[in-house]
Amino acid sequence: MNELLERFLQGDRRALARVLTRVENDTEEGREYVRLLYPRSGRAHTVGITGSAGSGKSTVTGALAAEWRRRGKQVGIVAVDPSSPFTQGALLGDRIRMHDLALDPGVYIRSMASRGALGGLAPAVNDVVAVMDAFGFDVILIETVGAGQDEVEIAGTALTTVLVNNPGTGDDIQAMKAGIIEIADILVVNKADLPGADTLVSQLQALLTLAPAGARRPPILRTIAITGEGIAALADAIEAHRVELERSGELERQRYDDARHQILAQAQAILLERIRAATPADELDALVARVAARELDPHTAAEELASAVLGTPLHP
Amino acid sequence: MSSAPSTTKKIRVLIAKPGLDGHDRGAKVVARALRDAGMEVIYTGIRQTPEMIAEAALQEDVDVVGLSILSGAHLELFPRVVEELKKRGVDDVLLFAGGIIPDEDVPKLKELGFKEIFGPGTNTQDIVKFVFEHVKK
Repeated sequence: MNELLERFLQGDRRALARVLTRVENDTEEGREYVRLLYPRSGRAHTVGITGSAGSGKSTVTGALAAEWRRRGKQVGIVAVDPSSPFTQGALLGDRIRMHDLALDPGVYIRSMASRGALGGLAPAVNDVVAVMDAFGFDVILIETVGAGQDEVEIAGTALTTVLVNNPGTGDDIQAMKAGIIEIADILVVNKADLPGADTLVSQLQALLTLAPAGARRPPILRTIAITGEGIAALADAIEAHRVELERSGELERQRYDDARHQILAQAQAILLERIRAATPADELDALVARVAARELDPHTAAEELASAVLGTPLHP
Repeated sequence: MSSAPSTTKKIRVLIAKPGLDGHDRGAKVVARALRDAGMEVIYTGIRQTPEMIAEAALQEDVDVVGLSILSGAHLELFPRVVEELKKRGVDDVLLFAGGIIPDEDVPKLKELGFKEIFGPGTNTQDIVKFVFEHVKK
């Protein structure tokens, strides 16, 4: 065991920070840390906070962290903001809404850039959360990038997913669309002091009554995160959700689903990397030119690429 | 523009404003320029204490810390930021500063460990170049 890991296991936050960087950059050393620390993870309550840009995710996250500190819990926060698709740079500004936690030794905040991942998270987020879990946080809050309708990856990372909604952001058909609303374990109407909050609550309630019989109906809670109103009740609801998961056996099932999903996602990444590494640039360029000229469809081009590397044609 | 998910090393920078002045235009312009150069920039907003800045630098494991100050309190606050960083074992970050800082104070700040001080009118590309050249790989 190296010195960094030793310090990590003794609870040194600087060591945690350094391990997280190596894990986020997916270095060999980072992978080794994940391998060694993964068996120590799985104890924390992982809570996803998602919702559209400006809905108050960071403020809700900060207020929840403060509430759990009052309850004596150690809190880790992973806050994801988008990377530029052009420069790969990122401006990570979630800490701005969490000043009150800045010097609390029971809170650790880590900002992550999405680095091209789709789905509202970052490529290494599951590993980062596992490492923070192994460090010993009781609760880990994971704040997604501003999510629109389809950023559902968080449900595979967090045990409890909270969707933050705001009044005045669309009619009830918006809410009836498939996608992000289906993965919410708890619905929050934040900025509940704004006009339209009652309408939104009743629209969400009406929507839930349309769910198939036997389907779980997520509770709807009102918050004004900036003043802290409703936050204690939200923390209660999140804790109650975990208790319910454990009681119903759903927790085990969810862990299996997440494990399967993560293995397959990693396998996909490994295969893509292998194809990239083994394909000469001019060969890829030639395929690109043919697809751009509409001589070849992208699907067939991809099959050619994959079968050249993997050896077997996918559709013999 | 399509960028596949990437986990390669990025330069991480903390841009922070110590002290009580609330003018963060300069800090935001620099943050934006570094972002556009492909770096991951953590911006913590105005009115940060030296302890808050050092703690954020630790938690975010940044390679670079840039401080912006217009209040004139740099000789008060900057040494305290350096001290708080050292206290936390964060002793290998690239430090730079910008804002209204009189020429005669520059040597004192460099002695403290600030690699460069950028005054008003600096071309942001010079700051980008500076970071690329001096960041510890």
